[in-house]
Parts: sequence; structure tokens; C-alpha cells
Amino acid sequence: MSEIVAPILDIQNLSMVFGGLRAIDHVSLHIKSGEICALIGPNGAGKTTIFNCVTGVYKPTEGSIAIQHGEHPKEEIQGLKPNTINLKGLARTFQNIRLFSNMSVLENVMIGRHNSLKASIFNAILRDRATKEEEQRVIDESHDILKKMKLEMFINETARNLPYGAQRRLEIARALATDPFLLLLDEPVAGMNPNETKELEETINIIRDKEKVTILLIEHDMSLVMNVSERIYVLDYGRLIAEGTPMEIKANPEVIKAYLGE
Amino acid sequence: MNRKNQKSELIASLVSTIWFVILLFPFLVMKVNVTGGKAVVIFRWSYLPVIAISIFVLSFLWRRALEWNQHRGDKTPVRTPLSGIRDFIITALRRKPIKLGVMALLLLIVLAYPYVLGMYHTNIMITALIYVMLALGLNIVVGLGGLLNLGYAAFFAVGAYTYGLLWKYAGPAFISAGIDTGWLFWIALPSAGVIAVIFGILLSLPVLRLRGDYLAIITLAFGEMFRMVLQNSGPVTGGATGISLIPRPWLFGIRLPPRQAATYIYYIAIILVIFTIFVVRRIEDSRVGRALEAMREDEVACEAMGVDLVRNKMATFALGAFWAGIAGVLLAAQTTYINPDSFTLWESIMVLMAIVIGGTGSIPGAIGGALILKLLPEYFRPLAQYRMLIYGIAMIIIIIFKPDGLIPRNRKRYTFVEKSASDSVPGVQK
Repeated sequence: MSEIVAPILDIQNLSMVFGGLRAIDHVSLHIKSGEICALIGPNGAGKTTIFNCVTGVYKPTEGSIAIQHGEHPKEEIQGLKPNTINLKGLARTFQNIRLFSNMSVLENVMIGRHNSLKASIFNAILRDRATKEEEQRVIDESHDILKKMKLEMFINETARNLPYGAQRRLEIARALATDPFLLLLDEPVAGMNPNETKELEETINIIRDKEKVTILLIEHDMSLVMNVSERIYVLDYGRLIAEGTPMEIKANPEVIKAYLGE
Repeated sequence: MNRKNQKSELIASLVSTIWFVILLFPFLVMKVNVTGGKAVVIFRWSYLPVIAISIFVLSFLWRRALEWNQHRGDKTPVRTPLSGIRDFIITALRRKPIKLGVMALLLLIVLAYPYVLGMYHTNIMITALIYVMLALGLNIVVGLGGLLNLGYAAFFAVGAYTYGLLWKYAGPAFISAGIDTGWLFWIALPSAGVIAVIFGILLSLPVLRLRGDYLAIITLAFGEMFRMVLQNSGPVTGGATGISLIPRPWLFGIRLPPRQAATYIYYIAIILVIFTIFVVRRIEDSRVGRALEAMREDEVACEAMGVDLVRNKMATFALGAFWAGIAGVLLAAQTTYINPDSFTLWESIMVLMAIVIGGTGSIPGAIGGALILKLLPEYFRPLAQYRMLIYGIAMIIIIIFKPDGLIPRNRKRYTFVEKSASDSVPGVQK
């Protein structure tokens, strides 16, 4: 390829087979630093499976997933455990919201900052000064993240009592708390009304522009996809059928066929 | 409740009455009398109306209670004299001098307990305190970590047998060397904790991938296996007869008569319980505790947020096992005799029940639950044969009417809400 900047996420020939089902079939895609990229396709096309392979929930059957961030050398991450992959700077949200529903909103975000803390069990028991300061720091940082996501009024609320849109935003806040360079959003506006969608669209842009986080999103809401993303990959039956700018994708006959049938 | 509804309620109660009468007929009405080698069935018809009426009334009351429970949250709480008193107490307790006063009073009661009530009650209290420690330990595993461990008694046994075996094998050497055997207790206490932690980690390894029912079954099997091993390795552990004459802890080399020994163990138990509460509270409100809770809430999301589940689960089992180990040493010291029968599945279930009744994940709940479950049966001995029945009914009532337990957990509220409110005023923000 002609790009000088190496992609921060480079998926080569990825396949995932469940029994007799080939959920992903030799998919290759790459994400460049600082872009907002969308992964679309009809239901069951394998979008979430790609997310699960990238974030370590599944071990891909075939192919490689490599990341390269900043000065770090390129490294392959396929088959690593989810928490290790998260440590390397990939964070995700879930299609069906997976919050820590009986914990408070702030605590949810604090879990995201888990790895920026060092306190061991013994530190927790002794509660020395460094631990106390660290704890205060994480509370403040989490508070800041909640403010950015406009969730500061819910701080002490139990996560499951939040309105639906706020729960989706909290998931993003929690993912952001892990200091990622690449954020994978799995249907962030599913079930939201147009106003909430509009708001989230702004939030996604802010995350990219201010936090310098690259974003890969799966979404069915075409207005959001067309508005925010710079590049789009289209998946159908586990195969990549198109790649391009929103304009190109809109005009692509293959894509129209996949969505509407012949 | 409207008229029509009431009618259907009555009919439903009637149906359950008929059902129960049919069910209970063979037990309560029919009686087989064997006289002179001939069995005669006697029908005690007079029982029938008593059963029918009591079942009908109970069923009707139960339905009303269920309905009340369903609509409890609908209306705003009514101010009754009782709730007024409760609110008054709660606000009073928030004030520091009153809080300190109550704490001091509590401490006084706790300290004076053995002198006021005597050895019998002290011994009962020691047993209850041992259960409090067990409940606090299991509360870490089940309440915080969400890992249903039904083999908890095994760690209790590890603690007790650490002391027992130490006495059996090192005791004679201590005596011949002229060292006070009272020291054995103090050696056993920390080492039992450490050995239980090792066992906890060993158990956590094979069950790392399991959760829910599977985990419960495997831990249950582990608990039973451990007991069987203790029972069947007679030459080492004394087998079913166990280990006896375990020394009580001595006070600085002074051999105490049983009465004072009980008091002494009681104080040790109190100190250990306070220590447990202190440590468990700090763990709960820390990075480690939060990670455990997150694991309980959602393992997939927890791992995706960078929390190492393997380490987390090991830590959970190890932390839980530690307190069981310590409690086991106390048990061995109090009873001076241990055998595998003290560590059956029933013990694990009792501790679990204490947590569920008290409030899963709540420290005061675990303490309260353990005290209720251990103290009430002791003081209601005449009802001992109905114990299981009462436990069952109590569990059903609590699960329906107070699903969070008697003393549910109070989530920490982060006080910087006020600070943030002033922060968000333009110009003040940093």
C-alpha cells in the first residue's frame, strides 16, 4: 500500500469458524490512526464476531490481527486474553449493554481505570498514603471522564437505574477510562431516539478530536454511519464486500444488493 | 382491594386448603396403631377442621402479604410512629458524639458479656463469633466475588486440622522440650491462615473457567472430598475419631481453668472478629474489592476492562479461605476436639444461609445473619426438632419480602458531589 503511516489496527486474512459455520471468511481490513471507521452489514454478517476476535473474546481460527501504536513496534494480538488486549490500548463497548449494573456509575468508570492503579490487597488493608492518594486520583479522573460524557449528575446512581441512553454513554465512558488508542463501539446508538443519536454523534467526534482516540464502530443507524465515519467496510455473510467513503458505499451495487436483495 | 378481587382471593385460598388437606390427610388424620401384631388405622376426624381452618387462614394471610409486598414500592412511604422512631434513631446515629457513645456502650456490653452471663453463654457466643468470621469470609467470595462456593467448610477444616495436627505431631516435642504448649495456638493461628490460603488457591485453579451452578457443584464436591480424605487417612488425621485434647490457648504460660479459658478464647474471638471486619471493610472499599464486584456483575465486561479474571478469582478464593482457616483454629481451641463430622456440607450451607439472610455483600448483614442463625437455635432448644422447617420458612419469607437481606448493603456514596457542584460554576472550574 502507498500509505506512509502504518495502520494502527491491521487485520489480515481473518477467519473464524464455529463448527460448520464460517462466521468470518478471510477478512482483511485496517484502521489508520485518528480516523472514524465504520463496519456495517446485515444482521449476522459477522461484525460483532470481528470485534470479539479483535478484543480477545474469541481466538480466531485463521489470520492475524496486529496493532501498532505510537513508537511501539507492531505486534500481533490474536489469541491473547481480553484483559491483556485491553492493556495494550484497545477498549470496547457491547451490543447488549454490559454494565456492572449493581455498582454506582462512578464505580463503573473506576473499574475502567483498574489498570492505572497499583494497590495490592496489602495496600488496601494498610491504606497507606500512596494508596489513598491513588484512590483519590482515580475518583477525580473518573469524575472528569463522566463530565466529558455528560453523566456527572448520575455519579452515585446505581448503573441499572440509568436511562437507556445514559447507560450507552456510560459504557463508552467506562471504555474510555482504560486509556485506549482504539475504541471499538458495538452499535452505540441502538435503541436511541434521533435526539440522543445526534448527541452521541457529537460525542464520538469529540472523543476522536479531543481525546485523540481512533474509533471503529458497528452500527445499523445509517444516518450516524454516513455522518461520522470517514471510511466504511461492508460485511456480508462473513465476507468483506466493499470498502470506501460513505459516498462510494452508498453507490456501491454490491452493498445495495446485500441490504435489499436482488 | 375490591370485592371481586377479594372473592377470587377467597376461592384461591379455598383451593389451596383442599389441596393441603389432601396432602396432610395421611400424616395428620390417619394413624396406624399396631397392637397385638395387628395394624389398625385410626381416623382422627377431629383434626380435619383444625387443619382446614388454619390452612385457610394462613393461605389468605399469605396472599394478602404477597399483594402488600407487590405494591409496597408504589406509594410514597407513609409516616407512621414506627418509621418516625427509626428515622430519629438513624439521624441520631449519624451524629458523632452519639455514634461514639453507642460504640462505647456496645464495646462495654461485649467486654462484660462473659462476666455477666457466665460460661455457658460465653461458649455459645464463641461459636457464634466463629460463624461470624466464617460468614465474613464467605461474604468476600459469594457477596463480592459472586462465586458460589459450597465447599467452604473444607477451608474451615484446614484451619482446625492445622492446629490439631500441629498439636498431634509437634505437641509431644514441645512438652519434652519443656516449652509451653499454649504457644501452639499462636503458631497455628497464622499458619492456618496461610495454609488455608494455599488450599484456596489450589481450589481456584481447576474452577477458573466455571461459574454459577457448575462452580457450586465442583466446590461442593471439593468440600466433601476433603472431608472424606480426612476421614479415611486415619494414621495421619485420626480418621473418624479425629484429634482430641487439643490445648486451649494459655495466658502467658498460666494454665486457665475451663471457665477462664472460655473467657480468654471469647476475647481472642472478639479481637479476631474486629480484625476481620476491619480488613474486610478496607478490602471492599478498594481497587481489589471493586474488581471483585465487577467480576460478580459481568465477567465478560470485567475482562474487557482490563481486569485479570484469573488473578481475581484466585484472590477471591484465597481471601475467603484465609478467614475460614483462622476460624477453624478457634473452633479447635474452643472444643479441644475435632473430627471430620464438624465440617460437612451442612456447615457450608449454614454459612451461606447466614449471608443470604443477612444480606449478600453486606458486612453488617453477614454478622447479623451469622448471629441469628447460631444464637436463636441455642436459645430455642425446645423447638430443635422443627429447626429445618423454621429455617425453610424463614428463607422463603426473606427471599420474598426482603430479597436484599435483613441488613442490605449500603453502597458507598462519593461525597464529592457537592464539590463537583461548586466546581461546575463557571470560573471556579480548574
